[in-house]
Formats: sequence, structure tokens, C-alpha cells
Amino acid sequence: MEEQAIAKSVLETGEMVLNMGPQHPSTHGVLRLKIHTDGEIVSKIEPVIGYLHRCFEKHCEYLSYEQIVPFTDRCDYLASMHMDHAFSIAVEKLLDVELPERVEYIRVIIAELQRIASHLVALGTFGLDVGAITPFTWAIRDRERILDLFEALCGARLLYNYIWPGGVSHDLPPKFVERTLDFLDYFDPQIDEFNNLLSTNKIFIERTGDVGVLPPDVGINFGVTGPSLRGSGVNWDLRKNEPYSIYDKFDFDVPLGEGTMGTIGDTWDRYYVRVLEMRESAKIIRQACAQLPDGDVHEAIPKKIRPAVGEVYGRYESARGDVGFYIISNGKNIPLRVKMRSPAFCNLSVLSEIAEGWMISDVIAILGSLDIVLGEIDR
Amino acid sequence: MTSIVDSLVKSFSSFNLDIAVLLPVITLIGGTVIFLIMAVNALIAVYFERKISAFMQDRLGPMEVGIFGFKGGKKFWGGIGQTLADAIKLLVKEDILPNNADKFLMILAPFIIFTGAFLTFIGLPFAQNIVISDFNIGIFYIFAMSSIGVIGVILAGWSSNNKWSLYGSMRAAAQIISYEIPIGLSLLLVVLVAGSLHLGDIVQWQADHRWFIFHSPFTFLAFFIFYISTIAETNRTPFDIPEAESELVAGWMTEYSGFRWALFFLSEYANMLIVSIVASIVFLGGWLSPLQIFNIFPDSWLILDGPAIGLFWVLFKAVILIFIMMWFRWTFPRLRVDQLMYLCWKVFIPFALANLFLVSLWELIF
Repeated sequence: MEEQAIAKSVLETGEMVLNMGPQHPSTHGVLRLKIHTDGEIVSKIEPVIGYLHRCFEKHCEYLSYEQIVPFTDRCDYLASMHMDHAFSIAVEKLLDVELPERVEYIRVIIAELQRIASHLVALGTFGLDVGAITPFTWAIRDRERILDLFEALCGARLLYNYIWPGGVSHDLPPKFVERTLDFLDYFDPQIDEFNNLLSTNKIFIERTGDVGVLPPDVGINFGVTGPSLRGSGVNWDLRKNEPYSIYDKFDFDVPLGEGTMGTIGDTWDRYYVRVLEMRESAKIIRQACAQLPDGDVHEAIPKKIRPAVGEVYGRYESARGDVGFYIISNGKNIPLRVKMRSPAFCNLSVLSEIAEGWMISDVIAILGSLDIVLGEIDR
Repeated sequence: MTSIVDSLVKSFSSFNLDIAVLLPVITLIGGTVIFLIMAVNALIAVYFERKISAFMQDRLGPMEVGIFGFKGGKKFWGGIGQTLADAIKLLVKEDILPNNADKFLMILAPFIIFTGAFLTFIGLPFAQNIVISDFNIGIFYIFAMSSIGVIGVILAGWSSNNKWSLYGSMRAAAQIISYEIPIGLSLLLVVLVAGSLHLGDIVQWQADHRWFIFHSPFTFLAFFIFYISTIAETNRTPFDIPEAESELVAGWMTEYSGFRWALFFLSEYANMLIVSIVASIVFLGGWLSPLQIFNIFPDSWLILDGPAIGLFWVLFKAVILIFIMMWFRWTFPRLRVDQLMYLCWKVFIPFALANLFLVSLWELIF
């Protein structure tokens, strides 16, 4: 009996706690993961967040509605337009303003361009996570052209402050539509090239197919939204299910994970849904550019935003999922409370559920496929 | 085949020097030559890799740093001094040793890795008579020396007292030791056919018959097993899991900086050159001209096959193989540890073993 105990104490292999982050190349910012490992196998993951907390919600209680918009930019810095748009939609709901058609079309064009830009970063960095470096530079190269368009639009390349409650800050610059269409003509073949380079690469499929499967019910229970949930085959896209703005006017599909390279909801599906979504976004932009009406974009911007007492919840399908702004107004020009639902936060919460039991390399891949932005998680 | 050491001994013999003086002098000359080869190789290969990766990624790569004042914004000089500048930067960098590291081992490790690469060059022929010392067991010696490096890798990972380094070194140890088996088996196959461990004899055999890669289907397969395994042995993508920068920060090199890190770098590129030269000598005819195979060129062209041009052909073939390695690195993702081991133990080793058996039969029959 004693011998057994001694043998056990000698032979027992302990778990090692590995501190991944906050300074680590693949945690997409300042996420810290406490990883309990047994050799290469990961038995437990504890995400530690808060390294990028900037008190966004508290700030909102001291700022007027117009002043909050630049702060929303800084939440999801890879899809700032989506944040502006989401917040503006919530405020407009509160104010109950009617927007000019042109504003809605511009917003849709910009939002879909932003979706492409954001997905390009997601796909490129996902390539980096599994060790392919070239896809990243290719993706960044194409994103650069979108940023050039945005620069022409509002002068900024990352944090735009472009979509305001009631309108947009500037009308489209001359030739913007032509340049956008030029970009789309250039971009479509690039997606095929990207697929050749990464998506259908045998090693890439080995690394991502069947890895980190997110079952639909688990995804829904954890509040996963956006491409990460659609990768599991759940048809949930606010642009279709709860159309805001003028998305009901456009003809587009919602790509879903089909388990082409393994099980439905694996890492490859989550990745590939984003590739397909870029095509759908391009489709929407083409339609919107063709139908773009004339008008004054500043027409509906209120001089002073002073909503009536009340509360509102605005939902928005951002590049990462379901963004929500819950605003309580007490009739002043400053909101009483703003609560933001962060999609990346909910998406991250499922990490320990689906990544435990896989290897360290897989955890990196799964984390990359969830496409988190720490600015939005920590706010 | 005469070696550099032999000719040095011959030319010094007229001075009637004592052997105790002669040996250190010759060793020093040989060592300097090897060090220069390694340094120049790293300088050129890094520039080469940067430019290749840049063109593959739609970038320009280093464009600014000229050399000896030749900057002038001319495209030809684009960034040609960049690696030199980087080397100087690495040499003057602060040398960091973590507090809790095992300092002796941590200082020792890069030198072991460097020594492994350095010693390999002694037996490595660059052309018919350009070899530091001509061994009759050359292939065995090169194979043995190139596996010394793994000791340094394990020491580096362990002594850094960093979990990432430990992971990297454990992965590296498993990987390098595993992949030596298919490399050894495919080299054994060539030795079996040629009947010699001497690299000169192996090339001579190829001159008499044909290049090994074209000799039989089995040697053809052996070349690919050898080449892919050497990519794993040199820790390059898609097998760069020991230093996987997106997973393990920098693997076993995480805690190293400055000169020690430069030694790792030097050895890595030296190893690339070594395995490429070995592959080109053993499978691709070494210093034999490829023009000879087709036999359609007039005899006057065969001057390209002379011993003088042998160095060119060896390096030409080696550079092509190095280019393919770089091509892999900039296009492929990385394998996972278990997939890497699967590839080695369940694909390469069985195939290499069967290959060895079948090539024996083939030689018996034909």
C-alpha cells in the first residue's frame, strides 16, 4: 500500500499552468489565457480579460450623445463603422427620426465595406495563427484599399466617427461609387486566390477541419452570434431576421457552415463562413451602389439630441456578431446609462467549452476562428 | 579526391615545420574558411529569403540600407546591406540572461548548436576537390554531426527557465530525433546502391551510371522523403513547430537575444545549406552537369562539366533546393505536433523501410 503511494507520487505527472498572454503573438490583443496543460493537451482554459478596460459605459454617462460616437469607434476598432452604426441606430430609435434614403444607402455601403475589411483582418490573422504568413499580407493589402476609400470618405483610416445619429458626417466624395465598384471588381478574383492559398490547403484543412467543433445548441446557450454561430449552421443574421436600416431591400444569402471539411461547426467552417460573407457583402454593395439615390445627408441630423424619457435597445449585426446598445434616457442630452452587448465577449466565453481537450496549437486556431477584438470585450 | 587540408599540408611541407606548429595553423585556416562560409551564407540567404518572401507577399522587402555608401536610391542596391546592418545590430545588442536561468547551460547551448553545424562543414564537399577534409565515411560523418545540434536545443530550452522555451525544446527534440530516421534510411539506400559512404565515390557512381533521383523509382521516392525530412530537421515551415511564433512565442529561442541568438540564426541557415548540398550531392549528381543527362549538346559545351565549374553546379542545385524551402515557408501553414509525428512514424519510416527492401531487390534483379 505504501509502495503504491510512493510509486504514485513519483510517477504522477502534474499539470502545468501556462500563462498565455497578455503579451503573446496570437491572443489578438491583450487577452490572457491561463492554460492548464498536460504535455501538449490542454485540460482547462481560463480567459482573463480586462487589460484593455477603458470604462466606456461609465464615460457614456458623462458625455452627450454626439460625443459618445467616437468612443464607440474605439470599442471594436477593426469595425468602427459598425459600432457607429449600431449606436446611431439605437439613438435614432430613441429619437424616432426619419432618415433620408441616401443616408441609409451610404450607411449600408460603408457598413458592408467595413465588414469586408474586418473579415480580411480576421482571415489574415487566422492564417498567422496556424502559421501561414503570406495570407495575412495579402489580406492586409486588400484591406488597405478599403481603408483608402474610407480615408477619402472621412479622412480617418481606423476610427472614423463617420456615422452620426441622424445621418453621416460627410456626403460621399466625388467618384466614390466608381472607386468602390473598381475595388469590388479587383477584389472578387482575390477571394479565389486567397482560397487557393489558404482555405483549400491540405495542411490548413488538417489543422482546422474537425477541430474545436461548436455544436449549435452550445453556441446558442453561450450567446455566440455572428459568423462564429453561423459556422455551426444556425441561420441567424440580424440583417435577415430582424432587418434594420434598409437591408430588407437587398438580395443576399446568409452563408452557413456545412461541414465541408469535417463536422459542422468546426474551425474551418467558422473560417470559411467569413470568406463567403465577403462575397455576400460585395453583392450588397453592388446593389446599393446601383440604387443610390440623391439627397442631403445632413437633413435629419438633429441640432441637439435630447430624447424623451425612455429606454431603447438597438441591435446590429456587426462583423463579429450581435452588437446591442441599451440606452436609458432621462430627457437630458446625456444618457442616464448605456449598456453595450459585446458579441466578441460572448463568443470568447465559449472558448473554454470547445477548446478544452485539444492541443495548444488548436487552442490558438480555435481562438483565432472566434475572431475576438479585445477593445470590444473589455470596452 | 584531394581535400583542402591535404593540399595545405603539401604546400606547407616545403617549410619543414614541426607537426605541432603545422596542425594548429592548418586547423585555424580550415576553421576560418568554414566560419566565413557560414557567415556569408547567412548574409546572402537572409537577404535572399527576405526578398523572396517580399515578392511572394506583394511587398518590396529591404530597400533602404545600401552598402559602403552605395545607396543613392538605386533599385539595384535596394537593401543589400540590410543583413549586414542586422548582424552588427545583433552583435552590439545587450546580452540578456534571465535571473532564474541556468546561466552556464544557457551560455553553452548556442555554442553546441553552432559547433554541430560547424563540424558538419568539415566533411562537406562543395565540389570535387573543394572539401576541408576528405573522409571515406563522409555521409556518415555529416549525418552524425548534424544531429549534435539537438543537444543544444534541449539545453537552450531547459536552461532558459521559461515554459515556452521548454515546450519548444521538447517539440524540437522529438521532431529532430524522429526525422533523423527517415533521413538515415533514405541515405542508407543510396549507400547500398553506390556501395560507399564516401561522397566523392557516390558522385562518381552517379557519373558512371545516372543521377540517383533518376536511378529507380525507389531512389526517386527516397529523394522526396529525404528532402521533406530535412525540412523538418532544419525546423522550417511547415514543420517549424519548435519555434512556432504564433504558438510558442519563439520556442526554445524565446529568452535569447543578441549574439547568442545570432549564433542560432547562423546555424539555422548553415543547416539549410548543409542539407541542400547533401541532397544535391547524394541525389542530384553533385558537381555533375545536368547538361550531361540529355546528351544533346555539342561536346564543346561539356566544358561546363569540368572540375572548375563543379562548385557552380553544386551551389546551383543547392540554391534551388533552398529556394523551394523558402517557397514552402511563405506559402504553407504549420502542422500540429501529432500530425508531424504521424507523418514521420506512420508515413515516412514505413515507406523508407519498404523502399530500402525494394531497392535491394531491384539491384539484385537489374
